[in-house]
Amino acid sequence: MLDTFTLFPTEGPPPVGPLRVPSVLHLIGNTPLLEITQLSTDIPPGVRVYAKLEGFNPGGSVKDRPALCMLQKGIENGALTPDKIILDSTSGNTGIALALIGAVLGYPVELCIPANVSIERKKIISAYGAKMIFSSPMDGSDGALELCRERLQEQPERYFKPDQYFNPHNSLAHYQTTGPELWWQTKEQITHFVAGMGTGGTLMGTGRYLKEKNSDIQIVGVEPDDAFHGLEGLKHMDSSIVPGIYHEEQLDRKISVSTEDAYETVYRLGREEGVLVGQSSGAAMWAALQVAREIDRGTVVTLFPDFGDKYLSTNLWIGWKEYNQRQANARVEGTA
Amino acid sequence: MSAQVRIPTPLRRFTGGAEAVSADGATVGALVDSIESNHPGIKERLCDEAGEVRRFVNIFVNGEDIRFINNLDTPVNEGDEVSIVPAIAGGSFCPRLATLGTP
Repeated sequence: MLDTFTLFPTEGPPPVGPLRVPSVLHLIGNTPLLEITQLSTDIPPGVRVYAKLEGFNPGGSVKDRPALCMLQKGIENGALTPDKIILDSTSGNTGIALALIGAVLGYPVELCIPANVSIERKKIISAYGAKMIFSSPMDGSDGALELCRERLQEQPERYFKPDQYFNPHNSLAHYQTTGPELWWQTKEQITHFVAGMGTGGTLMGTGRYLKEKNSDIQIVGVEPDDAFHGLEGLKHMDSSIVPGIYHEEQLDRKISVSTEDAYETVYRLGREEGVLVGQSSGAAMWAALQVAREIDRGTVVTLFPDFGDKYLSTNLWIGWKEYNQRQANARVEGTA
Repeated sequence: MSAQVRIPTPLRRFTGGAEAVSADGATVGALVDSIESNHPGIKERLCDEAGEVRRFVNIFVNGEDIRFINNLDTPVNEGDEVSIVPAIAGGSFCPRLATLGTP
């Protein structure tokens, strides 16, 4: 049972923590690692499962890390100068991160986005002052990628394109921050790192760092089980434009997750762990639990790319009532 | 009844790359069966084991979401335009979806 009395100590100095910071960019990274206890009751006692909560980044997602790194490196190497517009294609979170960082650093931002991204995302991006150009909802994130390429070809001198799918600084951000944080947060005990594949940046960068520390650590990629899926942010690699920074040979294993399993895991995380996340986190959790069930001892770490508030208006919640009803029926049967 | 059905990119491997196919049927469900008979494998992607439209799939008849009409029993008239749109990009055309199934 959780000891809630120690949560807010009334005596002694305040706990160490944030902090006074000179800019919102200083709040990127150093996200908490949460132990998953309620969803993992069926795993062996020697196995612990953790999730890194990337929703705590100021832009609300893991994408703050690569976005900051790609822009920093762009400024450093002279590709991003004050006369340029930051342009990229994104289905949402990278756009939010670029818009936020662009606002802080004073660069205009233009984003190519599939027209059917959730209304919350469009509003968040506009709140940071970025401009959106919409691609056909029929073509998914690859459509936005094509639109962005065309725009860049028309006026290449006008833009700086971070190009998250091909920019090695995307995975470098994770090599320099996410990897070391996990190594430290698990007290060097991590045995498996399980994460979704979108650009592949999280897995490649974090995986490379962890393998350097201990080559036995297993790096597991999570992808949708079919080209036609509802797991925003994740790519079905065999049927997609494969990101240039993605190197499948650096993975020990891939796990496919169905959209339905991922959505139901999101419902469970809300109801049982008190963590409301997006669908890509549901997929990552589902796969991490698979891994955890197969081993006797170990520390399985996954990463939740964002929280769920941006998805409340999306199809993610279409099955919620039915799920709740099923749970209620199961409880009645259990007590009968 | 014959209607044009727009097919999203990830499903065009079943239609030989065609962006739209014509299908026959008086309801959306009948159209789906008609597409399945010409392009086997597609129905399984659109509907679950219970025969319901999968959660992440949106089907529109002349721009109207069938979840707000009569699901697969939604009637189709000659010349109607039907679109299958995955929710992969995280949302929907239709703002009214915001009222569906939220906790």
